[in-house]
Amino acid sequence: MKSFQQPILCTVLIDPQLALTFTLRQWDLLIRQARSANLLARLGYLFESAELLNQLPTQALAHIMSAQAYADRFYISLQREISCIQEALHSVNAPLVLLKGSAYFMAGNIAAKGRLFSDVDILVPEDKLPAVEDALMKAGWMTNTIDPYDQKYYRQWMHEIPPLRHLKRQTTIDVHHNILPKTTQFCPDANKLLANSVKLPNQNIWILAPEDRVLHSAMHLFHEGEFAQGLRDLSDLDLLLKEFSTQVNFWEKLLLRANEVQQQIPLFYALRYSKHILQTPIPESVLEASKQRINTTLMDALFLRALLPDHDSCNDKWTGLARSLLFIRSHWLKMPVYLMVPHLIRKTYRRILGKELH
Amino acid sequence: MKLDTLSKKTVVRALNSDGLRFKIGGFNVCLSSSVPAVAEHLLCLYGAFDVLDNTAFIDFYTALEPPSKLRRFFRPQVNFSFDGYFPFKPLPYKQASAMFEWGLNWCIASHSHQYLIIHASVVERNGQAFIFPGTPGSGKSTLCAALVSRGWRLLSDEMTLLSVNDGCVYPVPRPISLKNRSIDVIQDFAPDAVIGEVFKNTAKGSIGHVRPSDDSVALGEIPAQPAKLIFPKYERDSNTVLTPLSKSRALLKAAENCFNYNILGLKGFTSLSNLIDASDCYEFKYSHLEEAVALFTDLAH
Repeated sequence: MKSFQQPILCTVLIDPQLALTFTLRQWDLLIRQARSANLLARLGYLFESAELLNQLPTQALAHIMSAQAYADRFYISLQREISCIQEALHSVNAPLVLLKGSAYFMAGNIAAKGRLFSDVDILVPEDKLPAVEDALMKAGWMTNTIDPYDQKYYRQWMHEIPPLRHLKRQTTIDVHHNILPKTTQFCPDANKLLANSVKLPNQNIWILAPEDRVLHSAMHLFHEGEFAQGLRDLSDLDLLLKEFSTQVNFWEKLLLRANEVQQQIPLFYALRYSKHILQTPIPESVLEASKQRINTTLMDALFLRALLPDHDSCNDKWTGLARSLLFIRSHWLKMPVYLMVPHLIRKTYRRILGKELH
Repeated sequence: MKLDTLSKKTVVRALNSDGLRFKIGGFNVCLSSSVPAVAEHLLCLYGAFDVLDNTAFIDFYTALEPPSKLRRFFRPQVNFSFDGYFPFKPLPYKQASAMFEWGLNWCIASHSHQYLIIHASVVERNGQAFIFPGTPGSGKSTLCAALVSRGWRLLSDEMTLLSVNDGCVYPVPRPISLKNRSIDVIQDFAPDAVIGEVFKNTAKGSIGHVRPSDDSVALGEIPAQPAKLIFPKYERDSNTVLTPLSKSRALLKAAENCFNYNILGLKGFTSLSNLIDASDCYEFKYSHLEEAVALFTDLAH
């Protein structure tokens, strides 16, 4: 495996105790890396749960407290947003399935701690999509994307409809009818995931089963083209795996499920890099069983760079190239060339004409 | 070691390499820049601040650099960055130093939720902090510069940092930013005041910065107890009128002037109520600085 210079942030995510021996300069770097990886509030949570907060240098503690104050506010807004969505979809005859951050939050997973994000993601059966959209619209969510081509593109090829934004609260919801774009080579069957979802006690809210939550996180991260939050997502995986590993037969279920929904490759990457970068305690036999026939020399060279914080102190001269190649790879995975080329031509043409700003 | 004691050459060299590290109240800042005017700005206005060595914990790594070398000859620009993140669109190159002031405001306001941050200037006399919240044009900075020129301690011109833990106001004694006519007003009122380069045609008009008094900088880590909350309003040719304001009205008005009231939630409400409980609250109309200073000096006895 590629020789790997462990960023100071990873050292502390693995063992928060080690930070107690740091010099002020090391603390300075830790805070910078954590901020750039959007992990400052999570770092605070890790120190808090290890009962170390009162041993931190005051300067570092100030930044962590600030991030935690922000996170506390975020949880309140998130709770309210989820209630609003629940109320809006009350009349629709379909379960409300939350994904990713909102799911971790409602399930009380450790991975929700210090996790800040901007959109609530929900999954609905594809045939319920019109009813769900209709109900959300009536409750004040509007589409941001009025361009007919974009609308068609999303609906025809993607796994979600264009993001909807609430007129008053300015919050965004991503409505998914699948987990990956329909055009992905190994697109999982959303119905299998829905069929296995679990209902939260005393609420009309559903989340994916534990092994599916891990797989979703893995497929999202390892199909992704942008890694600004790569380490945050890897840390999610690390925390989810640690939390679920105490459940009976979790590892067997996880491996089995990856086969059922054809996500062996993302799972392989998830286990490999979470073990390598964050030293997640994964049994050797599970790592062995998850192995895929993949050129790991190349993928290590890419992922072991892209998954680190996007901060000067973590980048080497190849990081930029690694991120670019993974960006191209993500498009490659999402779409066959015969669809991608006309799409890119059209997008470029419209950008030249100034009809598109991003 | 004070920044004043460094030669211009040393400052320029530091700005061009690892960055110049200095202490502003409780915050440690590192600034790097290849823009020569930035060194002038620092030497003129930040002379009394302590320079730090590279073992210190730095709160904010900032940089001011042109976005592209290609534009050096055609409407040159400058960018502010915070540890590799660019919060703003570039500004004209000539406004680099003003951009540092705005950029640092942003750094503090966005990353210091251990404080309730009120958009207000705050000065201290006899151990009493006077807080002047202000919408633009209220004259809070002019008032603040006038008081500081008459020996009041500057805690902050732009933002009042009210600790949610102990209810004290913590200083950030940075240069006071004056707009348009206020620059001349203060120059007349306090001929000894050091005012840096005046930046013309900024988004806020002409901007000049007043160097904070050396005493204010030296006491940069000593908090003060809030005593008065005064909402100023400059009105041309008006008399000097101080009107008591009910606590409930004061709370609502102050909340409107907070940067992070929404983020702090209950903590913000509690901190602000405690502040209002501990302070006499007023509305203040004025046009005559000399009278205003006399009135507040009386009030601080």
